[in-house]
Amino acid sequence: MSQLAALWSHPDFQFVFWALVKILIILHAMLGVVSYLIYAERKVAGHMQARTGPNRVGPMGLLQPAADVLKLFFKEEFIPDGANKVIFHIAPMLAVIPALVTFSVVPFGPTDAFRVTDINVGLLLFLALSSLGVYSITLGGWSSNNKYALLGGLRSSAQMISYELAMGLSTIGVLLLSGSLSLVDIVHAQEKMWFAVYQPVAFVIFMITAFAETNRAPFDLPEAEAELVAGFHTEYSSMKFGLFFLGEFANVLSICCIATTLFLGGWNGPWLPDSLKFLWFFAKLSVLVFFFIWVRWTYPRLRYDQLMDLGWKVLLPVSILNILVTALVVFWRGQG
Amino acid sequence: MITTALFLAFAALLVGCSLMVILHRNPVTSALFLVLAFCSLAGIYLLLQAEFLAMVQVIVYAGAIMVLFLFVIMYLNLKRDVEDGMPHVLRRFVGWGIGALLLIEGAVYFGRRWALGATLPEPAPTVGNTAAIGQILYSRYLFPFEITSVLLIVAILGAVRIVRGRVAPVTPPEGSS
Repeated sequence: MSQLAALWSHPDFQFVFWALVKILIILHAMLGVVSYLIYAERKVAGHMQARTGPNRVGPMGLLQPAADVLKLFFKEEFIPDGANKVIFHIAPMLAVIPALVTFSVVPFGPTDAFRVTDINVGLLLFLALSSLGVYSITLGGWSSNNKYALLGGLRSSAQMISYELAMGLSTIGVLLLSGSLSLVDIVHAQEKMWFAVYQPVAFVIFMITAFAETNRAPFDLPEAEAELVAGFHTEYSSMKFGLFFLGEFANVLSICCIATTLFLGGWNGPWLPDSLKFLWFFAKLSVLVFFFIWVRWTYPRLRYDQLMDLGWKVLLPVSILNILVTALVVFWRGQG
Repeated sequence: MITTALFLAFAALLVGCSLMVILHRNPVTSALFLVLAFCSLAGIYLLLQAEFLAMVQVIVYAGAIMVLFLFVIMYLNLKRDVEDGMPHVLRRFVGWGIGALLLIEGAVYFGRRWALGATLPEPAPTVGNTAAIGQILYSRYLFPFEITSVLLIVAILGAVRIVRGRVAPVTPPEGSS
Protein backbone atom coordinates (compact mmCIF):
# COMPACT_ATOMS: atom_id res chain seq x y z
CA MET A 1 0.00 0.00 0.00
CA SER A 2 2.70 2.47 1.00
CA GLN A 3 4.52 1.71 -2.24
CA LEU A 4 1.37 2.56 -4.19
CA ALA A 5 1.01 5.78 -2.24
CA ALA A 6 4.64 6.64 -2.98
CA LEU A 7 4.09 6.00 -6.66
CA TRP A 8 0.94 8.14 -6.60
CA SER A 9 2.71 11.10 -5.05
CA HIS A 10 5.73 10.83 -7.38
CA PRO A 11 5.80 14.04 -9.49
CA ASP A 12 6.47 12.16 -12.75
CA PHE A 13 3.50 9.90 -12.14
CA GLN A 14 1.26 12.83 -11.23
CA PHE A 15 2.31 14.67 -14.38
CA VAL A 16 1.64 11.73 -16.68
CA PHE A 17 -1.62 10.81 -14.94
CA TRP A 18 -3.22 14.26 -15.10
CA ALA A 19 -2.00 14.80 -18.67
CA LEU A 20 -3.69 11.53 -19.68
CA VAL A 21 -6.93 12.51 -17.92
CA LYS A 22 -7.01 15.86 -19.73
CA ILE A 23 -6.19 14.24 -23.07
CA LEU A 24 -9.02 11.77 -22.54
CA ILE A 25 -11.54 14.52 -21.75
CA ILE A 26 -10.53 16.87 -24.57
CA LEU A 27 -10.27 14.04 -27.10
CA HIS A 28 -13.78 12.80 -26.39
CA ALA A 29 -15.29 16.27 -26.11
CA MET A 30 -13.78 17.21 -29.47
CA LEU A 31 -14.87 13.99 -31.17
CA GLY A 32 -18.39 14.64 -29.88
CA VAL A 33 -18.31 18.20 -31.18
CA VAL A 34 -17.00 17.00 -34.55
CA SER A 35 -19.83 14.51 -35.01
CA TYR A 36 -22.37 17.25 -34.26
CA LEU A 37 -20.52 19.55 -36.66
CA ILE A 38 -21.57 17.21 -39.43
CA TYR A 39 -25.16 17.49 -38.18
CA ALA A 40 -24.80 21.29 -38.03
CA GLU A 41 -23.49 21.40 -41.58
CA ARG A 42 -26.42 19.39 -42.89
CA LYS A 43 -28.90 21.47 -40.91
CA VAL A 44 -27.40 24.82 -42.01
CA ALA A 45 -27.13 23.63 -45.60
CA GLY A 46 -30.77 22.58 -45.45
CA HIS A 47 -31.98 25.94 -44.24
CA MET A 48 -29.81 27.80 -46.76
CA GLN A 49 -31.48 25.82 -49.53
CA ALA A 50 -35.00 26.25 -48.06
CA ARG A 51 -35.14 22.65 -46.77
CA THR A 52 -35.32 21.42 -43.18
CA GLY A 53 -32.27 19.16 -43.13
CA PRO A 54 -32.21 15.94 -41.08
CA ASN A 55 -35.26 15.82 -38.77
CA ARG A 56 -36.33 12.15 -38.52
CA VAL A 57 -33.91 10.49 -36.07
CA GLY A 58 -34.62 11.74 -32.55
CA PRO A 59 -36.03 15.18 -31.67
CA MET A 60 -35.07 17.68 -34.42
CA GLY A 61 -32.92 14.95 -35.92
CA LEU A 62 -30.44 15.24 -33.04
CA LEU A 63 -29.62 11.53 -33.06
CA GLN A 64 -28.67 11.65 -36.76
CA PRO A 65 -24.86 11.57 -36.12
CA ALA A 66 -25.20 8.38 -34.05
CA ALA A 67 -27.28 6.78 -36.78
CA ASP A 68 -24.75 7.84 -39.44
CA VAL A 69 -21.83 6.36 -37.53
CA LEU A 70 -23.68 3.08 -36.95
CA LYS A 71 -24.50 2.92 -40.65
CA LEU A 72 -20.86 3.54 -41.60
CA PHE A 73 -19.67 0.77 -39.27
CA PHE A 74 -22.05 -1.80 -40.76
CA LYS A 75 -21.34 -1.00 -44.39
CA GLU A 76 -19.29 -3.38 -46.51
CA GLU A 77 -15.62 -2.59 -46.59
CA PHE A 78 -14.06 -2.75 -50.01
CA ILE A 79 -10.38 -2.73 -50.93
CA PRO A 80 -9.67 -2.38 -54.63
CA ASP A 81 -7.48 -4.82 -56.55
CA GLY A 82 -3.88 -3.71 -56.82
CA ALA A 83 -4.19 -1.28 -53.94
CA ASN A 84 -1.23 -0.95 -51.61
CA LYS A 85 -3.01 -2.52 -48.63
CA VAL A 86 -0.91 -1.22 -45.73
CA ILE A 87 -0.86 2.38 -46.94
CA PHE A 88 -4.54 2.13 -47.89
CA HIS A 89 -5.26 1.34 -44.22
CA ILE A 90 -2.93 3.94 -42.74
CA ALA A 91 -4.06 6.92 -44.84
CA PRO A 92 -7.48 7.48 -43.17
CA MET A 93 -5.88 7.33 -39.72
CA LEU A 94 -3.39 10.01 -40.76
CA ALA A 95 -6.35 12.21 -41.69
CA VAL A 96 -7.63 12.28 -38.11
CA ILE A 97 -4.54 12.12 -35.89
CA PRO A 98 -2.80 15.45 -36.72
CA ALA A 99 -6.06 17.36 -36.32
CA LEU A 100 -6.73 15.80 -32.91
CA VAL A 101 -3.15 16.32 -31.67
CA THR A 102 -3.52 20.04 -32.43
CA PHE A 103 -6.08 20.33 -29.63
CA SER A 104 -3.34 19.52 -27.12
CA VAL A 105 -1.86 23.02 -27.42
CA VAL A 106 -5.12 24.99 -27.70
CA PRO A 107 -5.74 27.04 -24.54
CA PHE A 108 -9.51 26.85 -24.00
CA GLY A 109 -9.44 28.87 -20.78
CA PRO A 110 -7.13 31.02 -18.64
CA THR A 111 -6.08 28.38 -16.09
CA ASP A 112 -4.07 25.18 -16.44
CA ALA A 113 -7.22 23.10 -16.09
CA PHE A 114 -8.44 24.20 -19.51
CA ARG A 115 -5.49 23.03 -21.59
CA VAL A 116 -3.49 19.85 -21.94
CA THR A 117 -0.19 21.69 -22.09
CA ASP A 118 1.38 25.07 -22.74
CA ILE A 119 4.57 24.59 -24.72
CA ASN A 120 6.76 27.45 -25.83
CA VAL A 121 6.60 26.43 -29.49
CA GLY A 122 2.82 25.83 -29.61
CA LEU A 123 2.30 27.72 -32.84
CA LEU A 124 5.11 25.84 -34.56
CA LEU A 125 3.58 22.56 -33.41
CA PHE A 126 0.31 23.57 -35.07
CA LEU A 127 2.13 24.43 -38.33
CA ALA A 128 4.07 21.15 -38.17
CA LEU A 129 0.89 19.10 -37.67
CA SER A 130 -0.99 20.91 -40.42
CA SER A 131 1.92 20.26 -42.78
CA LEU A 132 1.68 16.54 -41.94
CA GLY A 133 -2.04 16.54 -42.78
CA VAL A 134 -1.28 16.45 -46.50
CA TYR A 135 0.02 12.87 -46.24
CA SER A 136 -3.37 11.30 -45.62
CA ILE A 137 -4.88 12.69 -48.81
CA THR A 138 -1.82 12.13 -50.98
CA LEU A 139 -1.35 8.56 -49.75
CA GLY A 140 -5.05 7.75 -49.81
CA GLY A 141 -5.19 8.84 -53.43
CA TRP A 142 -2.04 6.99 -54.44
CA SER A 143 -2.67 3.70 -52.65
CA SER A 144 -6.17 3.26 -54.14
CA ASN A 145 -4.71 2.38 -57.57
CA ASN A 146 -7.32 4.55 -59.25
CA LYS A 147 -6.72 7.37 -61.74
CA TYR A 148 -9.26 9.75 -60.25
CA ALA A 149 -8.01 9.15 -56.72
CA LEU A 150 -4.39 9.68 -57.79
CA LEU A 151 -5.23 12.94 -59.55
CA GLY A 152 -7.19 14.11 -56.50
CA GLY A 153 -4.26 13.26 -54.23
CA LEU A 154 -1.71 15.03 -56.43
CA ARG A 155 -3.89 18.10 -56.74
CA SER A 156 -4.30 18.28 -53.00
CA SER A 157 -0.59 18.01 -52.26
CA ALA A 158 0.15 20.83 -54.70
CA GLN A 159 -2.65 22.92 -53.20
CA MET A 160 -1.69 22.36 -49.57
CA ILE A 161 2.01 23.05 -50.15
CA SER A 162 1.13 26.31 -51.90
CA TYR A 163 -1.22 27.55 -49.21
CA GLU A 164 0.83 26.39 -46.23
CA LEU A 165 3.45 29.00 -47.08
CA ALA A 166 0.99 31.87 -47.00
CA MET A 167 -0.58 30.50 -43.81
CA GLY A 168 2.76 30.27 -42.01
CA LEU A 169 3.74 33.75 -43.12
CA SER A 170 0.39 35.24 -42.08
CA THR A 171 0.97 34.10 -38.49
CA ILE A 172 4.31 35.92 -38.32
CA GLY A 173 2.57 39.29 -37.93
CA VAL A 174 0.93 37.95 -34.77
CA LEU A 175 4.29 36.65 -33.55
CA LEU A 176 5.89 40.06 -34.07
CA LEU A 177 3.21 41.69 -31.93
CA SER A 178 3.12 39.09 -29.14
CA GLY A 179 6.83 38.21 -29.11
CA SER A 180 6.11 34.59 -28.22
CA LEU A 181 5.37 31.27 -29.90
CA SER A 182 3.34 30.03 -26.93
CA LEU A 183 -0.39 30.16 -27.63
CA VAL A 184 -1.10 31.08 -23.99
CA ASP A 185 1.22 34.10 -24.21
CA ILE A 186 -0.39 35.10 -27.51
CA VAL A 187 -3.83 35.12 -25.86
CA HIS A 188 -2.47 37.10 -22.89
CA ALA A 189 -1.07 39.68 -25.33
CA GLN A 190 -4.61 40.26 -26.63
CA GLU A 191 -6.17 41.24 -23.30
CA LYS A 192 -6.67 44.84 -24.46
CA MET A 193 -7.44 44.32 -28.15
CA TRP A 194 -7.80 41.38 -30.55
CA PHE A 195 -4.99 40.85 -33.04
CA ALA A 196 -7.62 40.71 -35.78
CA VAL A 197 -7.88 44.49 -35.34
CA TYR A 198 -4.12 45.11 -35.57
CA GLN A 199 -3.58 42.45 -38.21
CA PRO A 200 -6.67 42.50 -40.48
CA VAL A 201 -4.68 41.50 -43.57
CA ALA A 202 -3.07 38.55 -41.79
CA PHE A 203 -6.48 37.47 -40.44
CA VAL A 204 -8.06 37.47 -43.91
CA ILE A 205 -5.10 35.56 -45.40
CA PHE A 206 -5.17 33.06 -42.53
CA MET A 207 -8.88 32.38 -43.06
CA ILE A 208 -8.51 31.99 -46.85
CA THR A 209 -5.62 29.57 -46.44
CA ALA A 210 -7.58 27.74 -43.73
CA PHE A 211 -10.25 26.94 -46.31
CA ALA A 212 -7.58 25.64 -48.68
CA GLU A 213 -5.82 23.60 -45.97
CA THR A 214 -9.03 21.85 -44.95
CA ASN A 215 -10.00 21.22 -48.59
CA ARG A 216 -13.33 22.99 -48.14
CA ALA A 217 -15.26 24.89 -50.80
CA PRO A 218 -14.33 27.09 -52.66
CA PHE A 219 -10.99 25.22 -52.56
CA ASP A 220 -12.31 21.64 -52.60
CA LEU A 221 -10.60 20.75 -55.88
CA PRO A 222 -9.18 17.45 -54.59
CA GLU A 223 -12.74 16.10 -54.48
CA ALA A 224 -14.29 18.00 -57.38
CA GLU A 225 -17.04 15.52 -58.22
CA ALA A 226 -17.72 16.81 -61.73
CA GLU A 227 -14.23 15.90 -62.93
CA LEU A 228 -12.73 13.50 -60.36
CA VAL A 229 -15.70 11.36 -59.19
CA ALA A 230 -14.93 11.79 -55.46
CA GLY A 231 -11.21 12.56 -55.68
CA PHE A 232 -8.83 10.94 -53.23
CA HIS A 233 -11.51 8.97 -51.37
CA THR A 234 -13.19 7.48 -54.46
CA GLU A 235 -12.26 3.92 -53.46
CA TYR A 236 -12.87 4.28 -49.73
CA SER A 237 -15.94 2.79 -48.12
CA SER A 238 -17.38 2.03 -44.70
CA MET A 239 -15.65 3.53 -41.65
CA LYS A 240 -12.48 4.32 -43.62
CA PHE A 241 -14.50 6.81 -45.62
CA GLY A 242 -15.96 7.89 -42.29
CA LEU A 243 -12.47 8.61 -40.98
CA PHE A 244 -11.68 10.90 -43.92
CA PHE A 245 -14.97 12.68 -43.25
CA LEU A 246 -14.18 12.93 -39.54
CA GLY A 247 -10.68 14.17 -40.38
CA GLU A 248 -12.04 16.99 -42.54
CA PHE A 249 -14.32 18.24 -39.78
CA ALA A 250 -11.70 17.76 -37.06
CA ASN A 251 -9.38 19.87 -39.21
CA VAL A 252 -12.02 22.57 -39.56
CA LEU A 253 -12.50 22.60 -35.80
CA SER A 254 -8.79 22.65 -34.95
CA ILE A 255 -8.00 25.39 -37.47
CA CYS A 256 -10.91 27.47 -36.10
CA CYS A 257 -9.51 26.94 -32.58
CA ILE A 258 -6.13 28.27 -33.73
CA ALA A 259 -7.74 31.21 -35.57
CA THR A 260 -9.68 32.09 -32.40
CA THR A 261 -6.49 31.91 -30.36
CA LEU A 262 -4.33 33.89 -32.76
CA PHE A 263 -6.71 36.58 -33.94
CA LEU A 264 -9.89 36.71 -31.87
CA GLY A 265 -8.41 36.96 -28.39
CA GLY A 266 -8.94 33.35 -27.32
CA TRP A 267 -10.77 33.18 -24.01
CA ASN A 268 -10.62 36.98 -23.42
CA GLY A 269 -13.98 38.64 -22.89
CA PRO A 270 -15.87 40.79 -20.40
CA TRP A 271 -18.11 39.86 -17.42
CA LEU A 272 -17.41 36.16 -16.92
CA PRO A 273 -15.13 34.93 -14.09
CA ASP A 274 -11.95 33.04 -15.01
CA SER A 275 -13.57 29.65 -14.52
CA LEU A 276 -16.24 30.43 -17.13
CA LYS A 277 -14.08 32.33 -19.66
CA PHE A 278 -13.92 29.20 -21.80
CA LEU A 279 -17.50 30.05 -22.83
CA TRP A 280 -16.13 33.08 -24.71
CA PHE A 281 -13.72 30.80 -26.50
CA PHE A 282 -16.51 28.50 -27.59
CA ALA A 283 -18.73 31.41 -28.63
CA LYS A 284 -16.02 32.76 -30.95
CA LEU A 285 -15.26 29.25 -32.16
CA SER A 286 -18.93 28.65 -33.06
CA VAL A 287 -19.06 31.86 -35.10
CA LEU A 288 -15.97 30.84 -37.07
CA VAL A 289 -17.26 27.32 -37.66
CA PHE A 290 -20.60 28.70 -38.84
CA PHE A 291 -18.65 30.97 -41.21
CA PHE A 292 -16.92 27.89 -42.67
CA ILE A 293 -20.25 26.19 -43.33
CA TRP A 294 -21.79 29.39 -44.66
CA VAL A 295 -19.00 29.87 -47.21
CA ARG A 296 -19.21 26.28 -48.37
CA TRP A 297 -22.86 26.59 -49.31
CA THR A 298 -22.44 30.05 -50.86
CA TYR A 299 -19.44 30.06 -53.20
CA PRO A 300 -18.71 27.99 -56.29
CA ARG A 301 -15.44 26.13 -56.73
CA LEU A 302 -12.38 27.84 -58.19
CA ARG A 303 -10.69 26.54 -61.32
CA TYR A 304 -7.29 24.95 -60.71
CA ASP A 305 -5.14 27.65 -62.36
CA GLN A 306 -7.12 30.35 -60.53
CA LEU A 307 -6.40 28.53 -57.26
CA MET A 308 -2.66 28.41 -57.93
CA ASP A 309 -2.60 32.04 -59.12
CA LEU A 310 -4.37 33.18 -55.97
CA GLY A 311 -1.98 31.27 -53.72
CA TRP A 312 1.33 32.22 -55.31
CA LYS A 313 0.65 35.58 -56.95
CA VAL A 314 -1.70 37.20 -54.43
CA LEU A 315 -1.64 35.64 -50.96
CA LEU A 316 2.11 35.02 -50.75
CA PRO A 317 3.27 38.53 -51.78
CA VAL A 318 0.59 40.19 -49.67
CA SER A 319 1.55 38.20 -46.57
CA ILE A 320 5.24 39.06 -47.08
CA LEU A 321 4.30 42.74 -47.44
CA ASN A 322 2.24 42.45 -44.26
CA ILE A 323 5.26 41.11 -42.37
CA LEU A 324 7.40 43.99 -43.66
CA VAL A 325 4.88 46.65 -42.62
CA THR A 326 4.28 45.03 -39.21
CA ALA A 327 8.02 44.72 -38.56
CA LEU A 328 8.53 48.38 -39.47
CA VAL A 329 5.73 49.51 -37.16
CA VAL A 330 6.97 47.34 -34.28
CA PHE A 331 10.51 48.66 -34.80
CA TRP A 332 9.25 52.26 -34.96
CA ARG A 333 7.24 51.99 -31.78
CA GLY A 334 10.13 50.24 -30.05
CA GLN A 335 12.31 53.25 -30.89
CA GLY A 336 9.85 55.91 -29.67
CA MET B 1 13.43 7.71 -15.93
CA ILE B 2 10.75 8.80 -18.37
CA THR B 3 13.37 10.69 -20.37
CA THR B 4 15.57 7.61 -20.70
CA ALA B 5 12.64 5.43 -21.74
CA LEU B 6 11.54 7.99 -24.33
CA PHE B 7 15.09 8.33 -25.63
CA LEU B 8 15.41 4.57 -26.06
CA ALA B 9 12.05 4.42 -27.83
CA PHE B 10 12.85 7.28 -30.22
CA ALA B 11 16.38 5.97 -30.86
CA ALA B 12 15.11 2.46 -31.64
CA LEU B 13 12.45 3.90 -33.94
CA LEU B 14 15.01 6.12 -35.67
CA VAL B 15 17.47 3.29 -36.31
CA GLY B 16 14.72 0.89 -37.39
CA CYS B 17 13.15 3.39 -39.78
CA SER B 18 16.49 4.42 -41.24
CA LEU B 19 17.28 0.77 -41.98
CA MET B 20 13.88 0.30 -43.61
CA VAL B 21 14.49 3.32 -45.84
CA ILE B 22 17.37 1.57 -47.56
CA LEU B 23 16.12 -2.02 -47.25
CA HIS B 24 12.56 -1.68 -48.57
CA ARG B 25 12.01 -2.25 -52.29
CA ASN B 26 9.04 0.07 -52.76
CA PRO B 27 10.14 3.72 -53.14
CA VAL B 28 6.94 5.12 -51.62
CA THR B 29 7.27 2.97 -48.50
CA SER B 30 10.93 3.95 -48.22
CA ALA B 31 9.98 7.61 -48.38
CA LEU B 32 7.35 7.10 -45.68
CA PHE B 33 9.88 5.42 -43.39
CA LEU B 34 12.13 8.43 -43.96
CA VAL B 35 9.27 10.68 -42.77
CA LEU B 36 8.93 8.55 -39.65
CA ALA B 37 12.71 8.72 -39.13
CA PHE B 38 12.58 12.53 -39.31
CA CYS B 39 9.74 12.58 -36.76
CA SER B 40 11.63 10.35 -34.31
CA LEU B 41 14.71 12.55 -34.78
CA ALA B 42 12.48 15.50 -33.83
CA GLY B 43 11.54 13.56 -30.69
CA ILE B 44 15.23 13.21 -29.77
CA TYR B 45 15.75 16.95 -30.34
CA LEU B 46 12.87 17.58 -27.93
CA LEU B 47 14.54 15.44 -25.29
CA LEU B 48 17.68 17.57 -25.73
CA GLN B 49 15.51 20.67 -25.07
CA ALA B 50 15.97 21.88 -28.64
CA GLU B 51 12.25 22.38 -29.21
CA PHE B 52 12.62 24.95 -31.99
CA LEU B 53 14.89 22.63 -33.95
CA ALA B 54 12.44 19.76 -33.38
CA MET B 55 9.47 21.65 -34.79
CA VAL B 56 11.42 23.06 -37.73
CA GLN B 57 12.65 19.55 -38.45
CA VAL B 58 9.06 18.34 -38.80
CA ILE B 59 7.85 21.40 -40.73
CA VAL B 60 10.72 21.54 -43.21
CA TYR B 61 11.77 17.92 -43.69
CA ALA B 62 8.69 15.85 -42.91
CA GLY B 63 6.10 18.41 -43.97
CA ALA B 64 7.62 20.07 -47.01
CA ILE B 65 10.61 18.26 -48.52
CA MET B 66 9.26 14.72 -48.16
CA VAL B 67 5.88 15.74 -49.56
CA LEU B 68 7.64 16.98 -52.69
CA PHE B 69 9.65 13.75 -52.78
CA LEU B 70 6.48 11.69 -52.62
CA PHE B 71 4.93 13.95 -55.22
CA VAL B 72 7.73 13.17 -57.66
CA ILE B 73 7.75 9.44 -56.89
CA MET B 74 4.00 9.19 -57.45
CA TYR B 75 4.05 11.37 -60.53
CA LEU B 76 6.67 9.17 -62.15
CA ASN B 77 4.79 6.12 -60.80
CA LEU B 78 7.95 4.28 -59.77
CA LYS B 79 7.06 0.76 -58.72
CA ARG B 80 10.57 -0.55 -58.25
CA ASP B 81 14.06 0.85 -58.09
CA VAL B 82 14.87 2.10 -61.54
CA GLU B 83 17.90 0.34 -63.00
CA ASP B 84 20.40 2.62 -64.60
CA GLY B 85 23.18 1.73 -67.02
CA MET B 86 25.81 0.91 -64.40
CA PRO B 87 26.65 -2.81 -64.09
CA HIS B 88 25.37 -4.44 -60.92
CA VAL B 89 28.78 -5.57 -59.62
CA LEU B 90 30.28 -2.14 -60.09
CA ARG B 91 27.37 -0.48 -58.30
CA ARG B 92 27.70 -2.79 -55.35
CA PHE B 93 31.44 -2.16 -55.21
CA VAL B 94 30.97 1.61 -55.19
CA GLY B 95 28.27 1.33 -52.52
CA TRP B 96 30.37 -0.79 -50.18
CA GLY B 97 33.37 1.48 -50.76
CA ILE B 98 31.52 4.68 -49.85
CA GLY B 99 29.87 2.95 -46.88
CA ALA B 100 33.21 1.73 -45.50
CA LEU B 101 34.74 5.18 -45.98
CA LEU B 102 31.88 6.82 -44.02
CA LEU B 103 32.15 4.23 -41.27
CA ILE B 104 35.89 4.78 -40.84
CA GLU B 105 35.44 8.54 -40.91
CA GLY B 106 32.70 8.35 -38.30
CA ALA B 107 34.69 6.03 -36.04
CA VAL B 108 37.77 8.26 -36.13
CA TYR B 109 35.85 11.49 -35.68
CA PHE B 110 33.46 10.39 -32.97
CA GLY B 111 36.14 8.36 -31.21
CA ARG B 112 38.23 11.47 -30.76
CA ARG B 113 35.54 14.04 -30.05
CA TRP B 114 32.89 12.24 -28.05
CA ALA B 115 34.27 9.01 -26.64
CA LEU B 116 31.62 6.74 -25.14
CA GLY B 117 30.83 7.68 -21.56
CA ALA B 118 31.72 11.32 -22.05
CA THR B 119 29.09 13.70 -20.73
CA LEU B 120 26.81 15.64 -23.00
CA PRO B 121 27.03 19.43 -22.83
CA GLU B 122 24.64 20.91 -20.28
CA PRO B 123 21.30 21.79 -21.90
CA ALA B 124 20.33 25.44 -22.04
CA PRO B 125 19.46 26.67 -18.53
CA THR B 126 16.09 28.16 -19.42
CA VAL B 127 13.47 26.43 -21.48
CA GLY B 128 12.98 28.39 -24.68
CA ASN B 129 15.84 28.64 -27.12
CA THR B 130 13.87 30.12 -30.02
CA ALA B 131 14.84 33.67 -29.10
CA ALA B 132 18.45 32.61 -28.54
CA ILE B 133 18.63 31.03 -32.00
CA GLY B 134 17.13 34.15 -33.55
CA GLN B 135 19.59 36.44 -31.82
CA ILE B 136 22.66 34.43 -32.76
CA LEU B 137 21.43 33.93 -36.34
CA TYR B 138 20.98 37.66 -36.93
CA SER B 139 24.17 38.77 -35.20
CA ARG B 140 27.13 36.40 -35.25
CA TYR B 141 25.97 34.27 -38.17
CA LEU B 142 24.33 37.03 -40.17
CA PHE B 143 26.69 36.74 -43.15
CA PRO B 144 26.34 32.95 -43.67
CA PHE B 145 22.60 33.36 -43.18
CA GLU B 146 22.33 36.00 -45.90
CA ILE B 147 24.61 34.06 -48.23
CA THR B 148 22.37 30.99 -47.83
CA SER B 149 19.28 32.99 -48.70
CA VAL B 150 20.96 34.40 -51.82
CA LEU B 151 21.92 30.85 -52.79
CA LEU B 152 18.29 29.73 -52.41
CA ILE B 153 17.04 32.62 -54.57
CA VAL B 154 19.56 31.71 -57.26
CA ALA B 155 18.32 28.10 -57.13
CA ILE B 156 14.69 29.20 -57.43
CA LEU B 157 15.45 31.49 -60.38
CA GLY B 158 17.40 28.71 -62.05
CA ALA B 159 14.51 26.26 -61.64
CA VAL B 160 12.05 28.78 -63.07
CA ARG B 161 14.33 29.48 -66.03
CA ILE B 162 14.75 25.79 -66.87
CA VAL B 163 11.00 25.10 -66.71
CA ARG B 164 10.09 28.13 -68.80
CA GLY B 165 12.48 27.12 -71.50
CA ARG B 166 10.96 23.67 -71.86
CA VAL B 167 7.20 23.95 -71.46
CA ALA B 168 5.04 26.02 -73.79
CA PRO B 169 2.98 28.56 -71.83
CA VAL B 170 -0.50 27.26 -71.00
CA THR B 171 -3.27 29.35 -72.51
CA PRO B 172 -6.30 29.58 -70.22
CA PRO B 173 -9.63 28.52 -71.74
CA GLU B 174 -11.91 31.02 -73.47
CA GLY B 175 -13.81 33.51 -71.35
CA SER B 176 -11.49 33.44 -68.33
CA SER B 177 -9.95 36.52 -66.84
